[in-house]
Amino acid sequence: MNQLISYIEAISFVAPGLPDWHQTQSVLRDEVAYISSELVDYQPNLLPSNERRRASPTVRMAFRVAEELTQNSSIHVDQLACVFSSADGDLTIAQRICRALAEPARLVSPTDFHNSVHNAAVGYWSIATRTKGPATAIAAFDYSFATGLLEAHSMVQIEKRAALLVVYDVPAPPPLHVNRPVAIPAGTGLLLTSVCTANTIAGISMQIEECTSTPCSNAAIEALRTSNPAARALPLLQTLARRERHQVNIDMDNQRCLQISLHSINKNEVHL
Amino acid sequence: MSLLRITHFTLTSTLGNGRNAHVDALLSGTTGLQQHHFDDCHLSCWIGEVKGLDTPLHSSIKQFDCRNHRLAWLGLQQDGFLDAVAKLRENYDPTRIGVFMGTSTAGIHAAELAYRQWRQHNDTHHALPDWFDYQHTQNLYSVADFVKHALQLNGHSLVISTACSSSAKVFAAAYRSIALGLCDAAIVGGIDSLCLTTLYGFNSLQLISIDMCRPADVNRRGISIGEAAGFAIVEAPQLKHDLHALPFTLLGYGECGDAYHMSSPDPQGHGAATSMQLALSRAGLDPSVVDYINLHGTGTLANDAAEDKGVTTIFGTHIPCSSTKGWTGHTLGAAGIVEAGIAMLCIEQGLLPQSLNTQQKDPSLNANILLNTQRKTVRHVMSNSFGFGGSNCSLLFADINALNKAII
Repeated sequence: MNQLISYIEAISFVAPGLPDWHQTQSVLRDEVAYISSELVDYQPNLLPSNERRRASPTVRMAFRVAEELTQNSSIHVDQLACVFSSADGDLTIAQRICRALAEPARLVSPTDFHNSVHNAAVGYWSIATRTKGPATAIAAFDYSFATGLLEAHSMVQIEKRAALLVVYDVPAPPPLHVNRPVAIPAGTGLLLTSVCTANTIAGISMQIEECTSTPCSNAAIEALRTSNPAARALPLLQTLARRERHQVNIDMDNQRCLQISLHSINKNEVHL
Repeated sequence: MSLLRITHFTLTSTLGNGRNAHVDALLSGTTGLQQHHFDDCHLSCWIGEVKGLDTPLHSSIKQFDCRNHRLAWLGLQQDGFLDAVAKLRENYDPTRIGVFMGTSTAGIHAAELAYRQWRQHNDTHHALPDWFDYQHTQNLYSVADFVKHALQLNGHSLVISTACSSSAKVFAAAYRSIALGLCDAAIVGGIDSLCLTTLYGFNSLQLISIDMCRPADVNRRGISIGEAAGFAIVEAPQLKHDLHALPFTLLGYGECGDAYHMSSPDPQGHGAATSMQLALSRAGLDPSVVDYINLHGTGTLANDAAEDKGVTTIFGTHIPCSSTKGWTGHTLGAAGIVEAGIAMLCIEQGLLPQSLNTQQKDPSLNANILLNTQRKTVRHVMSNSFGFGGSNCSLLFADINALNKAII
């Protein structure tokens, strides 16, 4: 069962100084040095203009990843099973509601309330792209990348559908940032298919093992890895960028890891 | 074909602790809704409150202490569930028993209390109070983390939080994980507890009924919020040990999106219809095989009308159906597991529950809404759960004995 392969059709990574997969790849290959710089505010292309203006940083990050993954996809976007995974969801909205509830008038904004659900980002995505297939929003604290990847892999293997994995978290506002220190905004994702396509980058299979996470070789990138749940994907992304090893471990709960095996694709030239 | 065996389950809601309390209330037609105030909420509404949540959690699970996880712990102690999990740990490697939980707000009430205390300092540079533990209360994953700690399990785990479909979708996630070989068995469940966020939040959307919720009623005014914890043990269809296993099976599930609106269902009920059809197709069954549909039936104008269109599109107008939210209230992220549990109780008891609190059926609804409880043999039950973001999930449960007979 552990040899079931899902194929990576597209990769996205976003963090300060790393605005897209193309630039992340150059850094992960040590072609350019990592320099942290604030992310330019992203305007989701697929949201209608009124919703684009009002979209929260959390929804913007999710759309940034999902749009990068699907921009050149060979599969029509509305056919993708959606697995959105986030440790904290939208803590800015949750805090705004909690603060409103601490006031005598208790005026909760109806827009805040319907945007406070953990599946807000995947809900907006499904509405924007007319996606009517299975869509889920999962949470697994700092292990939301590996857990989301397993869920997307299971969608591919069991439901036989291409799956859009989108993992994202943004820092909590003060005072909550003390209780939940996520230092940077970051997002990542993979577009996975059940068969190899012309766009396939690599195949992956995976199993849960008792082991420790593979570190990133670059110290600055290793520091990034633990500063946001989405950045826990970096050892896998480094391996994909460099093609230097065949197995990589990503943190899961309780001293366990998702052990991911990479499978090369038989093509004359692999375009990463 | 059976996708999963459900070998044990338990429910705790405003109807009481454990399955028998729910059977008694369903048979006697007694609602658990009360015109009562939660915390210092002064909205005029009815709620489905669970009693007995005033005792802090004991030492080994103390860090998780909050209303939500006290409710989870109360729920885990009913119907011999802890003993059943202990046996499960003997039968399977505990690292291969998964935990799949649904919730919409986890322990957010702890955060509400923390911010209330924080505001009194009148100093925005001040930290939230020391007692507030975000990771183990407010954070969504704390629900699965708590269950893993309380049950001493160490397998694959996640929380699904898709609003009111959350703890229906856990069955599909658990099925996939078992089919993929990530786990051999799993605890699925859902917990949501009363909090000001949902009371004032739904009130801001004008979806809270000042009257008791009256699903499918011509005068329905909205939801009554309830709280609940429910858990089930699910295993691969070929059981290793079936001496004490309950005779239930999941035959099908449907997961789909409306792609319509964040907080309103598609008025044509297309998403609801698709969700039910997917569950039937997965089971390879004709709609006529289903004996009863437990509706999502929140009691809002929009939900009940859209769901009615979905039901009649797939099943026609004769299939008996009802919402049981007139008993429990809308338990939000726990609604999926509560109504999955009620579906199995309907099979066990041979029971088709009435649409409690429905005084006058809305004449614009065409489905066969049961106004009186009926007793008859029940083999196949569908349960619907629909959430914000257009997240739909339908589950199809059956009596395993009926399935075996059908095969013979």
